[in-house]
Amino acid sequence: MGIEPILQICCRDRNRIALQSDVLGASSLGVNNILFITGDHQSFGNHPSARGVYDVDSIQLIKIVKDMRDEGIFESGDEIKSGKPNVFIGGAANPFADPLDYRVDRFEKKIIAGVDFIQTQSVYNLERFNQWMDEVRTRGLDKKVYIIAGVTPLKSLKMTKRMKFYVPGVDIPDDIYNKMKNTNNPKAEGYRIALNLINEIKKIPGVHGIHMTALFWEDIIPSLVREAGFIPRP
Amino acid sequence: MIITRQKKIDCILDLVSEGPVFIVGCSECATLCKTGGEEEVIKMKNALEDKNIKVTGWIILDPACHFLNDKRLLKDCQEKINNANKVLVLACGNGVQTVAEIIDNVEVIPGTDTLFLGEIKRISNFEKRCEMCGECIQELFSGICPIARCPKAMLNGPCGGTIKGKCEVNKDLDCVWIIIYNRLKEKNQLDRLKIIQKPKDWSKSGEMKQEI
Ligand code: SF4
Ligand code: SF4
Repeated sequence: MGIEPILQICCRDRNRIALQSDVLGASSLGVNNILFITGDHQSFGNHPSARGVYDVDSIQLIKIVKDMRDEGIFESGDEIKSGKPNVFIGGAANPFADPLDYRVDRFEKKIIAGVDFIQTQSVYNLERFNQWMDEVRTRGLDKKVYIIAGVTPLKSLKMTKRMKFYVPGVDIPDDIYNKMKNTNNPKAEGYRIALNLINEIKKIPGVHGIHMTALFWEDIIPSLVREAGFIPRP
Repeated sequence: MIITRQKKIDCILDLVSEGPVFIVGCSECATLCKTGGEEEVIKMKNALEDKNIKVTGWIILDPACHFLNDKRLLKDCQEKINNANKVLVLACGNGVQTVAEIIDNVEVIPGTDTLFLGEIKRISNFEKRCEMCGECIQELFSGICPIARCPKAMLNGPCGGTIKGKCEVNKDLDCVWIIIYNRLKEKNQLDRLKIIQKPKDWSKSGEMKQEI
């Protein structure tokens, strides 16, 4: 299909032995794009009694994978006898979390650790995203790695409330929240908001792509992609 | 200090069943936590007796985690202990084990849950401070430990969940990384956060014995 999947691996559920093993397994199966994250805390999921692992954090994991790929060594320093895994290393960045002036530093730290691309937290607050991107461009970071902005269409008022008030790290400004609250067709409104966000993000220099997460609403992706002008692919 | 919380009385009643009970408290941490000092031991005695469970006696060990002291002090209570069916220990998890090591003819049961190694903020208000990782790295973060105080033990800065200075896991908890950030900013040491901290050597936390 010419579509490249991106596997996600998180530090919450596995220690460094299992994480490196997963990387070798994925790359041997031809899955080469991997996003490495620390992960939401287990208390948010459906197994809140689970013990979190957190042996390493996302930045440490990114560096481990970079050393596996470029140096052919495991975290322990042992050589990988079967050869170096070919991984295109991804990380996450949240331009909306605190402290604002540290968020670009942290992104830069991930670049130094070894990311090739980053996916951002879902963008709703364009003002703050632009602020963050300004600093990113000033430091030339957009020339070093690919930046993929997240867009999550809002399907209902219930979802909007959940995202605004309960999902960690998501920043939904009041104007978007009010639009969702005042409409009698939330799906159409949510779709319009998403399309508008995509069109605005496309104008921001230094953003290389959009990452759409249509949660439980995958069937709108084809038309969203078409209407946003991504077919044929730019 | 080792921070403990007394188990709910219903749970304790389940554990002691019909008794009779001998109660053990501790002069140190459990006293400061108000979970197993003299006051709480006497309260527990009264609560059990209210439920018609006989209490054969009680003692405050000094402290409960001291094997030789416990041996000496418990010897004096031998008869009262022998008359009991359960020894209820209001001390930390260590205290329970030390007592269980000495008393082998009566069942020893825990009356508290041991929570963490932490600080007394003010009376009855405690905060976790140390995970006992075996290799202290507080010099890196200006005397603030993210291993113990961040639920994800992040060593390279805050996760993406921190909002308005609070932790994503618990809105009543300040994100420790914001505390570290502000402290380093004040001291003009923010550059420290740019250094990539290597994965921790957790083998250091596996120590089981120490002889000096
Ligand atoms: S670095 Fe380790 S020993 Fe030091 S306070 Fe944190 S958990 Fe405790
Ligand atoms: S919000 Fe802060 S303290 Fe809480 S898990 Fe994230 S980094 Fe750790």
